[in-house]
Amino acid sequence: MSDRRRIIRSRLSFRDLVTEAVAGMLARPGRTVLTILGTVLGVAALVATLGLAKTAGNQIVTRFDALAATSITVSNRTDSFFRSPGLNDVSAIPWDAEDRLTRLNGVVAAGTLSLVDTGGQLVSSVPINDPLGQSEFAMDVLAASPGLFDAVISELRTGRFFDTGHDERGDPVAVLGPGAAARLNINRVDQQPAIFVGDTTLAVIGILEDVATEPSLLDAIIIPNGTARSLFGTGAPAEVHIRTEIGAAYLIGDQAPIALNPNDPSLLRVQVPPEPRAVRSGVESDVNTLFLVLGGVSLLVGAIGIANVTLVSVLERVGEIGLRRAVGAARRHIASQFLVESAAMGFIGGIIGASAGVLVIVAVSANKQWTPVLDVQVPLLAPLAGAVVGLVAGLYPSWRASTLEPVEALRGGM
Amino acid sequence: MSAVVELDGVTRTFAGSPPVEAVKGADLTVAEGDYVTLVGPSGSGKSTLLHILGCLDTPTAGTYRLLGLDVGDLSDGQRAALRGSEIGFVFQAFYLLPYRTVMENVMTGLVYNRTPRRVRKERSRAALERVGLGHRLDFTPRQLSGGERQRVAIARAIAPEPSLLLCDEPTGNLDSKTTDSILDLFDELRTADGLTLMVITHDERVSRRGERRVDITDGVLAEAS
Repeated sequence: MSDRRRIIRSRLSFRDLVTEAVAGMLARPGRTVLTILGTVLGVAALVATLGLAKTAGNQIVTRFDALAATSITVSNRTDSFFRSPGLNDVSAIPWDAEDRLTRLNGVVAAGTLSLVDTGGQLVSSVPINDPLGQSEFAMDVLAASPGLFDAVISELRTGRFFDTGHDERGDPVAVLGPGAAARLNINRVDQQPAIFVGDTTLAVIGILEDVATEPSLLDAIIIPNGTARSLFGTGAPAEVHIRTEIGAAYLIGDQAPIALNPNDPSLLRVQVPPEPRAVRSGVESDVNTLFLVLGGVSLLVGAIGIANVTLVSVLERVGEIGLRRAVGAARRHIASQFLVESAAMGFIGGIIGASAGVLVIVAVSANKQWTPVLDVQVPLLAPLAGAVVGLVAGLYPSWRASTLEPVEALRGGM
Repeated sequence: MSAVVELDGVTRTFAGSPPVEAVKGADLTVAEGDYVTLVGPSGSGKSTLLHILGCLDTPTAGTYRLLGLDVGDLSDGQRAALRGSEIGFVFQAFYLLPYRTVMENVMTGLVYNRTPRRVRKERSRAALERVGLGHRLDFTPRQLSGGERQRVAIARAIAPEPSLLLCDEPTGNLDSKTTDSILDLFDELRTADGLTLMVITHDERVSRRGERRVDITDGVLAEAS
C-alpha cells in the first residue's frame, strides 16, 4: 500500500491547460470561427436589443414635448353626468373654473371651453343671401373663458383676444379660428367686421394664427362665456384646459378636480400626460420582451452549435485523446481541455458579439440621430454570458471525451 | 539488477459469448536495461499484452508489477500518472499532433507529469537532438518523412526519462532503410542511456535486433532461449 503513495498524481497547470486548449482551437481555425459565429450572433442580438430598447425609450422621452407634458384637460365624466328634464347642461365644472385653477401653484394658465348649442343656425359674414355663392356655413361656436387662449398656447394673426371685461359684460364679440376666418372671407379686423350666427350679430375682434394643443379651435368661432350664456343660454362649461409648469402636471392633475368640484371630485375626469418614466419603462419592456426572446433563441442556437462542433471534434480527436491519456493525462485533464475550449469559444463569441451589438446600437442611433444609451454592465457581462453558454454547451462533449478508454482511443490511429 | 516488469500468471479475458482469453497466464520478468522483443502474428494477443504492460488496461487475473507496484491495485488516475512518468510509448501510427510543431509535440510528453515549463523545453530539445532532429524543432509533422516522424515520437517517449520504452510495431509504417535507422537508434538508446526496451513486432528483422525474444501465440508466451 505504501508503494502507491509513491505515485505522484499527474497534473495540468492552468497555463498549460489554456495553451493546450488554444492550440486545439487554432488547429481548425475555420471551424472555430464558424462555431464562434453562433454565439456572436446571439450575444450581439442581446446587447443590441438591450441597448436599442434603452436608446429608443430615452429617445421617446426626449422627444416627448414640453407642450404635451404640461397640458391637462378636465372634463365631465360622462357616465356619471347627471341629466334630468328641464336641465340642459348640468356640469361639475363651475363658470369660475379659471379663477379657481389659476390660484393653484404650478398652473400657468387655465380656461374653460364648451360647445355652444346654436340650434343648428348657420353662420355668415354678410347680412344678405347671395343667390350665386354660398355665404352661410355650418360652424362650431365655442364658448371660452379669456384664459383659454393662453392655456392652449394660441397665437394671434391679427386683432386681439377677448378679455374678462368682454366676458363679464357679455359683449357680442368673437375670435375666429384661421379656418373659420378663411371660409367667412375675413382677414382684417381693424374695422371689426360683423358675422351673423343666425340672427345674432357678433363683432370679430381677432383672428388666430395657430393653436398648439387644441385643434378644435382652428375651424371655430370663439365667443366669451358671458356672451354664450346671455345670447345662447349655454348652461355650463364642458371642459377645462390647463397649462402647468413643467413637472407640475401630476400635482395639478390631482388638485384640479378638488378645486373645481370639492363636493364630489370624482365627477370629473382628468387627462394628464403619461409620466415620462412610465413611458420609458413601458417602451423598454415592450421592446425587450420581444427581442430578448429573439436574442435568447439565437444564443441557444449558438450553444447548440458549440455543443455540436465540440462533440464532433471529440470524435475526430479520439487519437489525440488516446495519446494524451498515454502520456499521463487523467480523465479530468481531458474533460477540462474540451471544457476550456468550448468556454473560450463562447467567451470570444461574447466579446465579438458585444462589440457588434454596440456597433449596431451606435449605427442605428447615428442613422436616426438618437443618443445611444447602454448600461455599462451589458457589454461587460456579455462575454461572461458567452463563456457560460460555451461552458454549458461543452459539458456533454467533454464528459464523452473523458470517459473514452485509452485502449479504445488508441485503436483508430490519428 | 532490479526488475522493471514482472508478469505473474497474467490473463486478460474479454467478456462476450464465448469469452475471449487474449492473454493466458503470462509469466515474464524484464530487468532494467533489457531489450525484449515480443513477436507474434496478428491476433496473437500482443496488442492486449502491450496495453497491459503500458498500464492502459489491467489483467483480469494474475498480477502485473511495474517497478514493484501492483498495477491491478491502482486507480485510473494513478495509472495515468504512472504512464506519464515511467512509460514511454512509441506507436506504429506515431500519434503526433499534426498542427503542433515538432518541439511542441515532444513537450506534450511532459505536460502532465509535473515537469516545470522551462525544464520541459530543455529536455525536449535534448531528446530531439538525441534522435537526430535538433535541426527540425519548428517543423510540423506534415513536413517530415515517416522515419523522421517516428523519431519525433521516440523523442516524445524518452523525454520524460521513463523506466520502460514500449514500442508497438514501431517500424510497421516504415521502409526497410528507415527501419534500420530506427533500430540503430534503439540500440544506441539502450547501450548509451541504459533504457529498458520492449518492442512488439511481427517483423523477424526487428526481433533479431533484440536481446531477448518472446514469442506469443494465441495468448501464450514462450521465451526463446
